[in-house]
Amino acid sequence: MHDIAVELAPPAPLDPATAAACLTLLDFETPVWLDTAADSDEVRAWLRFHCGCPLAADAGAARFAVLAAPAAMPALACFQLGSEAYPDESATLIAQVASLETGEAVALSGPGIEERRDFRPAGVAEGFWKQRRELEALFPQGVDLVFASGASLAAVPRSTQVRF
Amino acid sequence: MVEDGYNFAYLDEQTKRMIRRAILKAVAIPGYQVPFGSREMPLPFGWGTGGIQVTASIIGPDDTLKVIDQGADDTVNAVSIRKFFARTAGVETTERTEAATIVQTRHRIPETPLGAGQILVYQVPIPEPLRWLEPRETETRKMHALQEYGPMHVRLYEDIAHFGHIATSYDYPVRVNGRYLMRPSPIPKFDNPKMDRSPALQLFGAGREKRIYAIPPHTEVRSLDFDDHPFEVQKWADVCAFCGSGDSFLDEIVTDDRGGRMFVCSDTDYCSRRREAGCTGPAMQAAGPGEA
Repeated sequence: MHDIAVELAPPAPLDPATAAACLTLLDFETPVWLDTAADSDEVRAWLRFHCGCPLAADAGAARFAVLAAPAAMPALACFQLGSEAYPDESATLIAQVASLETGEAVALSGPGIEERRDFRPAGVAEGFWKQRRELEALFPQGVDLVFASGASLAAVPRSTQVRF
Repeated sequence: MVEDGYNFAYLDEQTKRMIRRAILKAVAIPGYQVPFGSREMPLPFGWGTGGIQVTASIIGPDDTLKVIDQGADDTVNAVSIRKFFARTAGVETTERTEAATIVQTRHRIPETPLGAGQILVYQVPIPEPLRWLEPRETETRKMHALQEYGPMHVRLYEDIAHFGHIATSYDYPVRVNGRYLMRPSPIPKFDNPKMDRSPALQLFGAGREKRIYAIPPHTEVRSLDFDDHPFEVQKWADVCAFCGSGDSFLDEIVTDDRGGRMFVCSDTDYCSRRREAGCTGPAMQAAGPGEA
């Protein structure tokens, strides 16, 4: 988990960390899908002006997704998972949650993590980690997750094993 | 001081975003080669353009950069790349391995162990480990998708059949996290064990071949071998002539045309620091105090 020093005034409902991830990663090459909570005229205008990114109408057509209310998100398998030959052609989800430290704990292990570590994002969808765990079998296909809250970011790539 | 007329770290911001996206996918799929839109750089392909583009995309004004070429900080490639980033990004540069936040390397891993938070950027000439076995990209891609890595074992077995041992001594193939076969770039196989579960992030950039791949920290990296021919690294009968080190990678240097030769550390930072600490090797002892 990383805290970032950003001075951004993104339109509601985006947090500074969510906005920073968007500004860092999005541009005209990356179709972006917004969930219902994030899909406002202000957010659309802000993303279009600052990132120049095309907005996808369909979650399955997007390379990035901004989820302002991940509790109501569609199933993980709706997003691009890449192919066996090109697993990199898959979606990255930027999920904005209420907190990274007060939710129910899941145990993470795998590349990038020395042994195991607990991760407690609040407000993920019911059955989200179960879906995520089922995707592990598809590796190297899968989706990569970036959790944002306030000015903090945490990432759970597809190579991470989730236990709960 | 950043020179006028350049964007920070030379590359434009869109290119850096594109490369950062490729790096993130590379880290998410350890050992998988992510295609990226490699740019023309102000030096030819083959001189580290892949590594430079990766470094340019991750470097920040607070970073400290070290660049080595075959272990040495003072060779042409290392000096010019270090100068390039000092001029275009205004970053601090260093020769001390532990003082660097980013180490860009050609063909060596420093002897001083890397720590958490450090990033090692490799310059890669040919990223595809199966390329000399199967020239078609469409086929090697399928082989990676299906984990069809038998031909590489056959190649190592042919070494054993010809020479009695695995004669591949550099660019020795590895499996990353039990999945992708990966080419570690032409580092000596002596360095392969340093990649395994390293606390540092390792990024690989191939400019001409337009591929980026990565090993995240704490990731298993296994050199291919056989039960009856386990992986082994090179050993030397000699020690470094300057610092007397018996456990670093040694270069053989021919000193005359009558068969004279000596062995010295390939890692110049490691060797000079040992000498500063008072270690001496055979050449120094022969020369006596006050000389060299």
